[in-house]
Amino acid sequence: MSSITLKVNGASHTVDVQPSTPLLYVLRNDLDLHGPKFGCGLGQCGACTVIINGVATRSCVTPVSSVRSEVTTLEGLAVGGKLHPVQQAWIDEQVPQCGFCQNGQIMTAVALLKRTPHPSDQQIREGMARTLCRCMTYYRVQTAIKRAAGERA
Amino acid sequence: MKRRTFLTTSGALIVSFSAAKLIGPLELAAQAPGPYPDPDFRQLDSWIVIHENNTATFYVGKTDCGQGTGTAFRQMMADELDIDYDKTACVMGSTDVTVDQGGSGGSDAIQTDGWPMRRVAAEARRVLLDMASAKLGAPVEALTVSSAVIAVKGDPAKRVSYGELIGGKKFHVALTGSNIDATTGIAKVKPVQDLTIVGRSPERYDIPAKVDGTQQWAVDVKLPGMVHARNVKPPVAGATLVSIDESSVRSLPGFVRVISKGNYVAVVCEREEQAIDAAKKLQVSWKKPDAAPFPASPDLHRYMRSATPTSSSNPIVVGNPDAAIGSAAQVIEAEYDIPFQGHTAFSPAHATADPSNGQITIYSNDMKSYGMRNGVAAFLKVPRESVRVIWREGPQGYGRTAADDAGFEAAYLAKELGRPVRMQWMRNEETAWDTKGPAFACNLRGAIDARGNLTAFEYIARACDYNHVGYNEPDTVLIAQLMGIRPSRPAAGSAATPGEMYAIPNRRMAMHVVSLPLAFETPLRTGNLRDPNGPQSTFASESFIDELAAAAGVDPVEFRLKLLSASPGDDTGFKRARSIAVVKAVAEKYGWDTRPSPRANRSGDILKGRGIAYAFRNQTVVAEIAEVEVNRATGHVWVKRLVCAHDCGLVINPEGLRRTIECGMQHSLSRALHEEVQFDTEKVTSTDWISHPSLTHRDAPETIDVVLVNGDPNPHRSDLPPYGAGETVCKPLLAAVGNAIFDATGVRLRRVPFKDARVLAALNTGGTG
Repeated sequence: MSSITLKVNGASHTVDVQPSTPLLYVLRNDLDLHGPKFGCGLGQCGACTVIINGVATRSCVTPVSSVRSEVTTLEGLAVGGKLHPVQQAWIDEQVPQCGFCQNGQIMTAVALLKRTPHPSDQQIREGMARTLCRCMTYYRVQTAIKRAAGERA
Repeated sequence: MKRRTFLTTSGALIVSFSAAKLIGPLELAAQAPGPYPDPDFRQLDSWIVIHENNTATFYVGKTDCGQGTGTAFRQMMADELDIDYDKTACVMGSTDVTVDQGGSGGSDAIQTDGWPMRRVAAEARRVLLDMASAKLGAPVEALTVSSAVIAVKGDPAKRVSYGELIGGKKFHVALTGSNIDATTGIAKVKPVQDLTIVGRSPERYDIPAKVDGTQQWAVDVKLPGMVHARNVKPPVAGATLVSIDESSVRSLPGFVRVISKGNYVAVVCEREEQAIDAAKKLQVSWKKPDAAPFPASPDLHRYMRSATPTSSSNPIVVGNPDAAIGSAAQVIEAEYDIPFQGHTAFSPAHATADPSNGQITIYSNDMKSYGMRNGVAAFLKVPRESVRVIWREGPQGYGRTAADDAGFEAAYLAKELGRPVRMQWMRNEETAWDTKGPAFACNLRGAIDARGNLTAFEYIARACDYNHVGYNEPDTVLIAQLMGIRPSRPAAGSAATPGEMYAIPNRRMAMHVVSLPLAFETPLRTGNLRDPNGPQSTFASESFIDELAAAAGVDPVEFRLKLLSASPGDDTGFKRARSIAVVKAVAEKYGWDTRPSPRANRSGDILKGRGIAYAFRNQTVVAEIAEVEVNRATGHVWVKRLVCAHDCGLVINPEGLRRTIECGMQHSLSRALHEEVQFDTEKVTSTDWISHPSLTHRDAPETIDVVLVNGDPNPHRSDLPPYGAGETVCKPLLAAVGNAIFDATGVRLRRVPFKDARVLAALNTGGTG
């Protein structure tokens, strides 16, 4: 076990874990941040997505010891109690069915829009392609991303 | 130490149940020490609590798999109670505080369980009116109700709120009814025309917490002293455990125990990542079975067609199909194959069990939490009253959690260890070992006379569905099978008939069930996957109807309308009239161009086409049109547009229903394009999202149009029933896509999924898929 310090959603935390521990389990089990989810542990589905340095990152395949920059989770998107525009678009479009994958959908969309503020349909499809949903909310996710991008505002 | 003592002395450790969150009834109930007798469904207080602040909480015995049924329950009950929607809350699915309505399944939440909910809410309103009458000194007839306030008509100063009448107190009113579905008071429900909250679209109350990260999911439960468990599954189906070398993991950090019985093996560690690591490193020696448990997946349908059925239903015969086929101008024959398709839930199975106070509390996303409670009590041989299941949200149910292995495993391990245990399956374990939708092999024949009329239709289906599981039985969940427990009579399984109202003079429909060589301890166990047999049977029948239309040289919509209109007879739900209405509505919304398939001009690299299919499930009728683009060079199919005309009777929440229809169609689109369980003669080989692909954002249609038809011929009927939505839309989609591919390319694909390579091979040979 090693003592590792992490900055998450603006606050510093020190945890005592094996350095190889995936970031996901530290976030969920030590810091009680339940936005990121376990879906595959293989970096294939996106359920565990967090944002590090503006990049949507799969925390299930990221060793906690490799994290050098601040981590933002779903819980850290809202500022001063006001939802992130992507989160608001998700409510306005009533996107989720079960909602279990939506952490991945939202975090990946936030990073996509940061990189590409006004994505084309094709850029949305490609940018979101590796973020899976088994309730198949894809159509509404894409609609909500366009709404958040201001194209439907 | 008793749980309660622990809670009071070490509250700081209880992270997930921190003080700030200890406000809801579920959180309070979670601390009840037990035992946990059944809430009495014949008591009004079991269903409705009115609070002093003039709000209401509804307690219902259902679960919400993500289609917004909880919102719909609130709408229906608020409407009958005459209280504003936003002054209500809904508690679902926890066996010690909500009556047993069976949890979710069969798309019956609104159709069946909505009725007792409405009746008890109406009864509460009646009782409150009686109380107000006494309090205000006016007869009930002189009173009016609005927003949970009762006033004297013409004298609004004389008023009293529900909260003032009974807030914080109990009704103590008995209900009647021979079973929970029949639960009723004296009051009658309102005529549909008087409902004001039903038919509107309040936003789903569960969505904000799901987008801001505050939702408390079943996977999030964390209890004092909790340990983490992982299973170690046999590497080969039907393998027998020989020995476990515990020394291979004993020195790993956090190791707690290896627990094993029969062929069931689990590793328990203090931390989650430790349990994952230990499960990988545990050395277990297994003996392979003497005979292959199943044929390899490419040989499955050949095996199914030659196997002796384990059961056969009496054929449904109309007229004389053999004579009609014998004298036909054209006889068309075709075989349709559907592979096993998995649930592959987005999150693998999970549950947390707490053995405190000599009771067992299971925190689970089990859609049939009441069944799990009964099943676990029987499995552990403990009294029912000592077991409860606290339902929390989880990944889509769609039948997987109706056979909720993880809850049984967590409960077993917790009882063995005397500590709370969190069980979580891994991805490859879930994709390999979850329950599967049964594979189908269908043989069809049709006869067309010289004038192009369909004179005979024969449908013979074989489903690989023996020992179908799906109701949390203590002798069929996987842990029980692996421990050597066997039901005295395995479930027979079933092969469905198509759900359509075509008037065809001569018919034969025969259904058989076959078994794989290995019926137990197999990763190819079948369960209820979202309308369990509908997508399979409808893929075969509605594709074949399209083949017959093409053979007759008739437009596919026209062909179906002719078959639907060929008899004037209808059922009590006007299913024939409503079937005709949805087929017409979907064609109109799409802008259907009437012509036979395939289209005449099939040149170019991107071939475009459209296909229709239709089905009913119970009394819900749907018709769907898919518009496809097929890439001739790669075989890739993109469904560019989907249109659905949907009639499920009374609609509670139109926007919620639209989302459910959109997602249900896309789920079936995934089954049409991607999903196929692959296996060799020992094990499932498609075990993650690479080897078992699913629909992705790339596949999403550009446009989805939904038309809500509600075609009851008498719009003034005061009892227009809701028929249940959700699963029906899953049925016709596979055929609609296959029919569209035929229209675009002239090539008929008779096997799903329509993977690029399969489509390309068919295009290149001009043959079939």
